[in-house]
Amino acid sequence: MLYALSPVQIIEVKNLFKKFGSFTANDDLTFDVKQGEIFGFLGANGAGKTTAIKILCGLSKPTSGEVKVAGFDVYTQTENIKKNIGYMSQKFSLYEDLTVTENIRFYAGIYGISRKEIKERTNILVEKLHLESVKDTLIKSLPLGWKQKLAFSVAIFHEPKIVFLDEPTSGVDPITRRQFWEMIYEAANNDMTVFVTTHYLDEAEYCNRVSIMVDGRIDALDSPKNLKEKYNAENMNEVFLKLARK
Amino acid sequence: MKRFVGFIKKEFYHILRDYRSLLILIGMPVVQILIFGFAISNDIKDAKIAILDNSKDEITQKLTQKILSSGYFILEKNISGTGDIENSFKQGKVKQVIIFENDFGKKLKKEGRASVQIISDASDPNTANILVNYTNAIISSFQMEMMKSQVIPFQIIPEVKLFYNPEMKSVFMFIPGTITLLLMLVSAMMTSISIAREKELGTMEVLLVSPLKPIQIIAGKVVPYILLSFINAVTILLLGYFVFNMPFNGSLTLLLSECLLFLIVALSLGIFISTFANNQLTAMIASMLGLMLPTILLSGFIFPIENMPGWLQVICNITPAKWFLIIIKSIMLKGIGLKYIIKENLVLIGMIMFFIAMSVKKFKVRLE
Repeated sequence: MLYALSPVQIIEVKNLFKKFGSFTANDDLTFDVKQGEIFGFLGANGAGKTTAIKILCGLSKPTSGEVKVAGFDVYTQTENIKKNIGYMSQKFSLYEDLTVTENIRFYAGIYGISRKEIKERTNILVEKLHLESVKDTLIKSLPLGWKQKLAFSVAIFHEPKIVFLDEPTSGVDPITRRQFWEMIYEAANNDMTVFVTTHYLDEAEYCNRVSIMVDGRIDALDSPKNLKEKYNAENMNEVFLKLARK
Repeated sequence: MKRFVGFIKKEFYHILRDYRSLLILIGMPVVQILIFGFAISNDIKDAKIAILDNSKDEITQKLTQKILSSGYFILEKNISGTGDIENSFKQGKVKQVIIFENDFGKKLKKEGRASVQIISDASDPNTANILVNYTNAIISSFQMEMMKSQVIPFQIIPEVKLFYNPEMKSVFMFIPGTITLLLMLVSAMMTSISIAREKELGTMEVLLVSPLKPIQIIAGKVVPYILLSFINAVTILLLGYFVFNMPFNGSLTLLLSECLLFLIVALSLGIFISTFANNQLTAMIASMLGLMLPTILLSGFIFPIENMPGWLQVICNITPAKWFLIIIKSIMLKGIGLKYIIKENLVLIGMIMFFIAMSVKKFKVRLE
């Protein structure tokens, strides 16, 4: 997997601490993410991934440290951050009792895209996803894989600089997962930065770089290839186990 | 603003497509007001009684006649011995037994006093109480009639006038009560459920990450329910007016504004509930237990607050429904203006501010 590191740092985190009382959820995180990169954010449950993502999305303030997302400061410029990011969680977050086009229209609408543009681009999107026959069908009657693709397309409909994917492939079959990663690559090729958390360690191999969190700290951060070499492992699963057992 | 309109449109899709809930929302007030109005009534008619007349003279005959012609009682049977009294109750038909003592008429004429015993089935205490009062009233009026033929040195005749509800119709109590209950339920329960649903489905996260401000999200969730609840309030008022002849003595504008104020109290409560309820079930149970029961039991809707022990009266004071019930009854029945219900209004406004402040605080804590 070849890619040239872009010089532009789209996410910059320096000495980020987040404490809840005496519990430290994020313990001195320092990392950066480059524009157009697929950045894997790995860690066991409770390692502090969700807390970090919330801070990066402007939903939560750090206890201390410097955090810049898309060039904006998370302490003071969350409004600007929100305009420049997309977000998709494992729940897919589509409204079950709304149709495909209504969901697109709603989410595009809250990002302030004009009605005319929404209409044009909805048609293109529906065609691209092969959803023409179900565009006026309620989401609840669609298969999981379709929902997932639609949810991703909706999350990047407003063309954000960064898209955060929080375990986007949970509970989806391997073929659909594969197709989903093709969509992620396409977005990254269009210079969108993809920040993804996952449970599936084979998916970590698809990322340009991977960080592994253990107990609130980042224990490793490199390309999958370098990590495997460094930890003398066959695959990312072994790397992960070696780190977790340390 | 355009974003906000889109949000409300989406909210209406939710409401209109969930046609079962919609049916309940629109149908509930109608059904409830009809049930309260027609079926539940404190006015008792045609209660079955038994009479044990040990005297069987002219006076007991007259008194029996008077009791039976009042319209409140129907003679189920005459019984002949004390042994039958309990049996009559046990059969379940008879609600009250009236027993005249031996030589009732004679004693009354000779000694100036005779006794009649009233035995009531108090397994239903309210009914028993009311029937005893009815019987007492009939007996004293019978006494007055008898005294007319005699010259007595002085006499006090109380003249009773019942203001605002001269016929003491209980439906006049139930209509304000039902409006209160429904505004509370629809507004608070439905908003808390609909906000909790967004959390459960994970759409709330996406909304929070979007450029929409939290206040826009909350307002967007609340506005459709303000509209629905308002329609409900108007429906109940119309039903009360046309079906039950409920009087409207006060200003309609004031009445509707007060409804709106109470709606906002209920909505702020709903928002507060949704700050700790993470799924629809929790929201529903919290609203049911936390709102419905106090609104029915502690607002003075069914049970008079004056008769409650002191500590319970304090709890009644923090029940928003209590204050709204005072307001709405005052306006509808007494026809009074705003200046007489300023205190109640201030209490409600205070409650709104409290719940909003608490919600904002909880919301901030959650984000940090």
